[in-house]
Amino acid sequence: MKKLEGLENLERRLFLRQGLSLGALTLLAGCELTEQESVQRLLMTMSRWNDGVQEWLFDPKRLAPEFPESRITRPFPFNGYYPESDVRIIEGSSYKLELAGMIRERKPWTLAELYALPQVSQVTRHICVEGWSAIGSWTGTPLRDFLKIIGADTRAKYVWFQCADKDGYNSPLDMRTALHAQTQMTFKFGDEILPRAYGFPMKIRVPTKLGFKNPKYVISMEVTNDYKGGFWEDQGYNSFSGS
Amino acid sequence: MQTVLIHPLVVRITHWINVVAILIMITSGWAIYNASPLFGFSFPDPVTLGGWLAGALQWHFAGMWLFALNGLVYLLYGIASGHFRRKLLPISPRAVLHDVRDAFRGKLAHADLSVYNAAQRAAYVALIFFLLMLIGTGLAIWKPVQLYWLASLMGDYEGARYLHFFAMSAVALIVVVHVVMVILVPRTFPTMITGRTRHEKA
Repeated sequence: MKKLEGLENLERRLFLRQGLSLGALTLLAGCELTEQESVQRLLMTMSRWNDGVQEWLFDPKRLAPEFPESRITRPFPFNGYYPESDVRIIEGSSYKLELAGMIRERKPWTLAELYALPQVSQVTRHICVEGWSAIGSWTGTPLRDFLKIIGADTRAKYVWFQCADKDGYNSPLDMRTALHAQTQMTFKFGDEILPRAYGFPMKIRVPTKLGFKNPKYVISMEVTNDYKGGFWEDQGYNSFSGS
Repeated sequence: MQTVLIHPLVVRITHWINVVAILIMITSGWAIYNASPLFGFSFPDPVTLGGWLAGALQWHFAGMWLFALNGLVYLLYGIASGHFRRKLLPISPRAVLHDVRDAFRGKLAHADLSVYNAAQRAAYVALIFFLLMLIGTGLAIWKPVQLYWLASLMGDYEGARYLHFFAMSAVALIVVVHVVMVILVPRTFPTMITGRTRHEKA
C-alpha cells in the first residue's frame, strides 16, 4: 500500500501551472503555455460536469456492500499526506466538537456526550483515490441522526468538516450523501476506541465516497449552502468523488 | 485505373478521434496505475499523462467521454450500415490461423485493401471487445456502489481493477501490432485519411 508522500504532494500543489508531463506535451505538440492553461480550464470544466453526472447517478437509498468480519483487512492501513508519526494527538477529555452554520442547537459536544448517542456498525470497503482498497469495521452514530438531534437545516447543500490534521484538513460533503443511511460519525474501529491512526476521536465514514472524503480528527462541522472547498478538492481531485 | 472507397467517412473520423482518445486514456491510466501499482513495476513518468494523480484522473475522466461517445457513434454506424457485417464477418478460426501463419512468413497478400484478411478481422473484433471491456470494468471501478450489479459481474472492485489492466494490455498489444503492420504495408496508411485506394480490376 503506497502512502501519499506529504511533502512531495505539497510541492505539487502548483500542478495546474506546471503539471503537464512530457506525455502531455507530446500529445499537445506545439502548444504554448497559454494553451496549457486553457486545457486545464477544460479539464476543470469536465470535472465539474462529472460532479453533476455523479449527483445524478447517486441513489440515496443504495447501500454500499457490507462484508463478513472475516474479510476485514488486517492490519488496516494508516493513510495520510504525512507520516504516522505526525498524527495530531487530541486529548479525549478536553475534545469538543464545534458546530456552526445552519444548525438550531450549536452548543459544542464533548466526547462523553457523543459516545452516549445510539451507535451502529458497518463492515465496508474503503476505496482510496489512488486505487487501493481495504475493508474495515466502523462503529458510530449515523450522521443523519445527529443532524436531526442538533436541528440542522438539511435543505442546505453541504456539511463542511474541519479537521485537526497538520496544515488543516477539511472537506465538504453534499447533503444527500450526509443523509445517507451509512454515513457515520465513527467512534470505534472494530471493538476498540478509534485508534489515533484512524482518526481519534472522530472520523466521518462515508462508504459511498472515496477515502479522502472520509475526514479524520474532525473538530467541527458546519451546515452551509456555500461550497467551501477542501484540502484535496482544491488541488484538483474531483469534488463529488462518489463510488 | 480507378479509385474505390474502402473506408467510409464515419469510420475514418471515428478512427482518428479514437487514436487521440485511446492515447489520452492509456497514458493517463498509466499515471493512475503508478499511484498504487498492481504489479511490481511502474510506468516511466515521461510516457504518462497528467503530471500527478489528480491531473491524470482529470484527463482520464474527461477523456472517457470522448472515447465512449466516439465509440458509440462507431458502433451504431457499424451495425446500422452493415459495415461490420460486410467487413468483419465471417471469421473462421481456421482462416485466422492460416492468415496469421502467412503473416509471419511475410506471405500475406494485401492486393485488395477493400477486403480485410481473416487475421485483420479477428484483430479488429478483438479490439472492439477489449475496448468494451475497458468501459465495463472502468465503470465498475468508478462506481462500485451505484453500479454494484456491474461491479459484481466484473469481480467486484478489486477484480475489476485487474480486468481493467488486462484489457488495457490487450488493447496496447493490438495497437502495437496494428502500427507495425501499417509500417510494413505503408500504402494502407493514406487510405485511412482519403478513404480511397487505386484499384485495378482484373
